[in-house]
Amino acid sequence: MPKLHVETSINGDPVEYLCEPHETMLSVLRDTLGMTGTKEGCGTGDCGACSIQVDGRLVCSCLMLAAEAEDSEIETIEGISGKDGLHVLQSKFLEHAALQCGICTPGFIVASKALLEKNPDPDEETIRYWLAGNLCRCTGYDKIVRAVQDAAKELASPA
Amino acid sequence: MTFVSLLGRLNATNYVGIGVFMGLQGYYAPNSVDEVISLLLEAANESQLAKLLAGGTDVLVQMHSGLNKPDVLVNLKKIKETNRLEINDREIYIGAAIPSAQMQEYQNLKTLLPGLLEAADLIGSTQVQGRATICGNLCNASPAGDSIPALIAAGAVCDIANKDGGRQLQVEDFVVGVGQNALEPGEFLLGVSVPTPSSTKKDAYLRFIPRTEMDIAVAGAGVAIAFEDNKCVEARIAIGAVAPTARLVERAGEALVGHEISDETIENAVAACREAASPISDKRGTAAYRKKVVGVLIKRAIKIAESRVREAA
Repeated sequence: MPKLHVETSINGDPVEYLCEPHETMLSVLRDTLGMTGTKEGCGTGDCGACSIQVDGRLVCSCLMLAAEAEDSEIETIEGISGKDGLHVLQSKFLEHAALQCGICTPGFIVASKALLEKNPDPDEETIRYWLAGNLCRCTGYDKIVRAVQDAAKELASPA
Repeated sequence: MTFVSLLGRLNATNYVGIGVFMGLQGYYAPNSVDEVISLLLEAANESQLAKLLAGGTDVLVQMHSGLNKPDVLVNLKKIKETNRLEINDREIYIGAAIPSAQMQEYQNLKTLLPGLLEAADLIGSTQVQGRATICGNLCNASPAGDSIPALIAAGAVCDIANKDGGRQLQVEDFVVGVGQNALEPGEFLLGVSVPTPSSTKKDAYLRFIPRTEMDIAVAGAGVAIAFEDNKCVEARIAIGAVAPTARLVERAGEALVGHEISDETIENAVAACREAASPISDKRGTAAYRKKVVGVLIKRAIKIAESRVREAA
């Protein structure tokens, strides 16, 4: 079977690529497009390291075929920071030391951003349930939850 | 705007990851029901395995782990009919391409079918729910699929497309074995239709897992009951993860209908469910434990559904 030609949008930029029919979005992002910010953890949708947003919905890019991205709007970790520097979530993750090895961090940031877009003032329980599909084997989650809470606070009342 | 040109890099990219299945010969994203049926029939004629892609959260994992090796994938997400999510006085229609996360955004759906929505909300993480569909959960036909007992309790009917104009099948007759559904070659599930519940009818779904999130049911209980003048006038009770398929327990429903809900009538329903359960023992629990737990869940789910009817009144 010939490769499939896909036209899509990634972080606001029009992008086109060729992919094999079995190839996942994760594989195309990392290996075809060189966008290695999105990480591969389990490859089966359990760990959330490969989280991206597709048409405003949080998904695991390992559970999506690259061919399915046709005419979609994709947002990855590379699109999070603005021209003025880091996104508030990124700054707060650093400030609260909410990462150690860092493999899970892009997934957490993308997932947390999706949460705050939907619910700007989540309580701790909401944050923990929302992020239940993002696994971190280093931090024990508390620092991550604090970072998200602090980011929500700052986004609500910018200093 | 930058344009990422990649054609030069493609030939150098041979990475496919460990265990990635590469035997796929075709990927199609048709725009009409008829095209899907033709693709399925064509594959069947050529003895090819065609898999349908709704959310893909099961299909892609099974494909990449080698559990199934489809020759053809048919994406259902580009079809108008599978993207229908409609609520009217007669029916609630949920198309096969509607992800769980989209269902949760309809407050009206939550009010009408709280049990089905809580079952859908138990399946997978936020990310998985961004893709996964209840129709996919149904077609996958896992004994522990959470949406299935909830759909059975709600009286859901499968809307099946085929070349002869389609057919309808109750959900309890659609799941026929572990991982097996009643679809024939050339057929696919277009959506599910649930009769719109009256204001005195509510559903509930409970499952037991050893943790609070992200696990597979040890036992599940779906209940939908309707009342008139304090008496139960309709009851559908279904059990999950305690038999090769989710089961409708008609005798449990009969134990409630015509009576006020009391400890005694609930115990009769519980006994009928324990009798209908034929669980296996595995790492999640022994058969005896599952039988006991499914009864406890049924009792609690009946009480939740009952309190929902009272709150709505």
